[in-house]
Amino acid sequence: MSDCHDCAASSVVTFPGPAQTVAGNARVALIGPPNSGKTTLFNRLTGLRQKVANFPGVTVERHTGVAVLPDGRAIPVIDLPGLYSLSPRSEDEQIAYDVLTGQRGDTGKPQAVLLVLDSTNLARHLMLAAPILALGIPTLIILNMADDLRKRGGHVDLTALSAELGAPVALVSARQGEGIDQVFEFLAGAMPKPAPKYLPILQDVPKCRQWAGRIGQEARYHAPAPPKWTRRLDAVFLHPVAGLLIFLAVVVGVFQTIFTVADPAKDAVDWVIHLTGNWVASVLPASLFRSLLLDGIWTGVGSVVVFLPQVLLLFLFIGILEDSGYLARAALIADRTMARVGLQGKSFIPLLSAYACAVPAIMATRTIENKRDRMATILIAPFMTCSARLPVYTLIIAAFIPDRPVLGRLLGARAVTMLALYALGFLAAVVTARLLKSSILKSGRTPFLLEMPSYRWPTVQSLGLRLLDRSVVFLRRAGTVILLVMVVLWVMAHLPLVGGHPPTIDHSLAGMLGHTIEPAIRPLGLNWKVGIGLITSLAARETIVATLGSIYGMDGQTNDAGLQTALQHDLSFGGAVALLVFFAFAMQCISTIAVVRRETGGWKWPVLQFTYMGALAYAGAFVAFHVLR
Amino acid sequence: MAAKKLSKPSPALDNNFGLPHTKAMLQLSGNRGQPEVLPTLVDLRRGDAAILETIDLPREEARRLMELGFLPGTQITAGRSAPGGDPRVFQVDGSEIALRRETARCLRVKLERKKRPV
Repeated sequence: MSDCHDCAASSVVTFPGPAQTVAGNARVALIGPPNSGKTTLFNRLTGLRQKVANFPGVTVERHTGVAVLPDGRAIPVIDLPGLYSLSPRSEDEQIAYDVLTGQRGDTGKPQAVLLVLDSTNLARHLMLAAPILALGIPTLIILNMADDLRKRGGHVDLTALSAELGAPVALVSARQGEGIDQVFEFLAGAMPKPAPKYLPILQDVPKCRQWAGRIGQEARYHAPAPPKWTRRLDAVFLHPVAGLLIFLAVVVGVFQTIFTVADPAKDAVDWVIHLTGNWVASVLPASLFRSLLLDGIWTGVGSVVVFLPQVLLLFLFIGILEDSGYLARAALIADRTMARVGLQGKSFIPLLSAYACAVPAIMATRTIENKRDRMATILIAPFMTCSARLPVYTLIIAAFIPDRPVLGRLLGARAVTMLALYALGFLAAVVTARLLKSSILKSGRTPFLLEMPSYRWPTVQSLGLRLLDRSVVFLRRAGTVILLVMVVLWVMAHLPLVGGHPPTIDHSLAGMLGHTIEPAIRPLGLNWKVGIGLITSLAARETIVATLGSIYGMDGQTNDAGLQTALQHDLSFGGAVALLVFFAFAMQCISTIAVVRRETGGWKWPVLQFTYMGALAYAGAFVAFHVLR
Repeated sequence: MAAKKLSKPSPALDNNFGLPHTKAMLQLSGNRGQPEVLPTLVDLRRGDAAILETIDLPREEARRLMELGFLPGTQITAGRSAPGGDPRVFQVDGSEIALRRETARCLRVKLERKKRPV
C-alpha cells in the first residue's frame, strides 16, 4: 500500500487494500477461448478460496474466487465462460460479454482482465485479443501452456508481442505453476505497461485472422510441432476397432469399479456412523430428543452420507476423463449414436455428467447453441442414472440380487443388474429423444463442431478441487434438504401422541399417509412403508433410503434387524424390481424440477416432464412386478 | 506450419488458381461447360491435405467455422475419425476440429496432396 504512489505511474491496475475490498464483487475477469486452460489458471490463482454460483436470472455457472497477492491483498476473481469472439451467439458468450462491458450490474465492470490464450495455437487465439483490448480495461495477455510450447519446439518473442499489442504479456504454465508470479505482479500493479496501441476491430473473420497472423509474425511466433503423443494416442483411442473397445471398456470399467472399490469405503463410513451413534446414545439420557437425534437425524442422514465414497469416485472418473482430454474423444465416438436419436455429440457431455447429477448437466446444456437440441437434452437428462439413484439401487440390489458370478470373476450378477438399470435409463432417454426430435422439437441441420484438445496428465490439484467441491455440494444437500425431510418425517412418525407416548408407526401420521397411498402402489408390489419413502423421495431420490432406514429402525417388529433383511422380509422379488424400475424412470428431485423451470423459463416443460416420467415409471414398475411376480 | 502459411498472407480466392485446380476440374466435371464441381472435405481420406475454397453454409454457421480456423485459403488435413468414418477430425490452423459428414460436405476444397502420414 505504502509504495503505491511511487509505482502509480507505471502501474496497470490499482486495487484498494484488503479493508476496502468488497467480498464477492468480482474485480478481475478471467477470459479466453475454450480449451485455453482458463479454469486451471483460475484454480492456480484462487486455490480453495472459490465459490460456485449462478448468474442471477440465468444458470450459467459463475465461478468466483479470491486471489491473495504476496503482499496480502485479496482480489476477487471471476472465471467467465469460454468464447471465441466478442460477438455473442450462445447464452454463455452473452454472459461473458455482458460482464466485460459492465452490463451486468451485479458484478460491476471488471477493473482488470486476464486474457488467457493457448500459446501452442497463438496465431488463431490472438484473434480474441483485439476486441478484448479495445474495451479499454487494463489487460494482461497470458500465453498459457508454456511447457507444451517449449517441449514441442515453439517460440515467441514476448517483448515484441507486448509492443505490438500495447499490453503486457506473460508466458505461463498454469498446470506447472510457471510464471504465476508475473500474474500476481500484474495484479499488484507492478508490471510495466507498454505504450498503448490502436488496434483495429475487425468484424470480418478472415481479416481478423490475417491481422492476428501478422501480429504473430512480428512477435516472431514459431508454432510448435504437432503434438506427437496426442497423435500416437489417437492412433489407439480413435482406432476403428481398438478405439471402440477402449470406449466400452472405459464405460463398463468405471461402473464396475464404482461398485466394487467403493464398497469397503462405504462400509468404513457406515461403521464410523454406527460407532458415533452408539456413543451418542450412551451419553444422552433416553428422551424424545435422543430419539429425534438418533432415529431421525443420525440414522436418516447417516444412511445417505455413506454413499459419499461412491459419488466421489464417480466424479473422480469424470474428472480424469475430462482433464486428460479423453472425454472429447468419447464425444466423437458417441456422436453417431447421438445423431441417430436426433441429438449431437455436444449433448453427450451434459448427458454423461447427468450420470453424476442432472442439475449441473442441465446447466451444462447452455453450451449447445441449437435451442431445440438443448431443450431435448434437458428433457432427457434426468433419465440418466444420477448418483442420487445409486443409494437406492445399491440397497435394493444388495438385498435382493445374490452375489453370483456371471462372466467369470470379472462381472458379478449385482454389477450386471446395475448395468442393466443404467441401460434402462439410457434406453428411456433415447426413445424419448427420438420422440421429441421427430415431433415437437424437430429441427433442421445442427452443425457439430468439436475441438480435440491435446492429451494431458490430469493434475492432483485440479481433481482434488473438483472432488472437494462435489463433497461440499453432496453433504450440504444431506445437511439441508434431507435433514429437513427427516425431521418432518420423524415428527409425523411420532404424532399423534397416544397417552403422552408416540404411537406405533402404523398409527402415526406418516403411517396414515402411507396407508392412504397404498392402494395406488399395491399394483406395483409395494407396501405402505415404501409408499412413505416414495413421498419423501419427491424431495430427493436418496431420501427414500434414509426414510426406510428410519421407518424400519423405529418399527418395533423390525427393530435391530438390518435394513436389507427388513426389506427382504417386506418386499417380494417382483416388488423390489418394480421399485428399481420406478426409480430408473421417475423424476423424483425438487432441484432438477427447479433448474428445468429456470432453464426453460416457465412451468410448462417441467410439468410435462414430471408427468411423462411419472407415468412411465408407474407403467414400467407395473409391468416389472407382473412379469416377475 | 502456421509460420509457413503466414509467409504468404492468406491468399484470396482468385490468387489460388494453379495446376492442381485444372486437373481437379478435368477429373471431376464430366460435362464440359458445366460449372466446375470442387471436391469437399468428405472426399478427403486420412492424411490428405487440401486448401479450403468456399463454405456453403448460412452466414452464422460459416462464421463459427471460420473462427475455429476454417478460412478460405487455409490448408486442411484430414485426420482420424470415429468408428464408421463419421465424424472426422480435421487439422486446421494448429488445432484439431471434428466435423460431421453433413457439415464437411459443405466445405469445398482444392486437393493439394494425398496421403501424407498423419
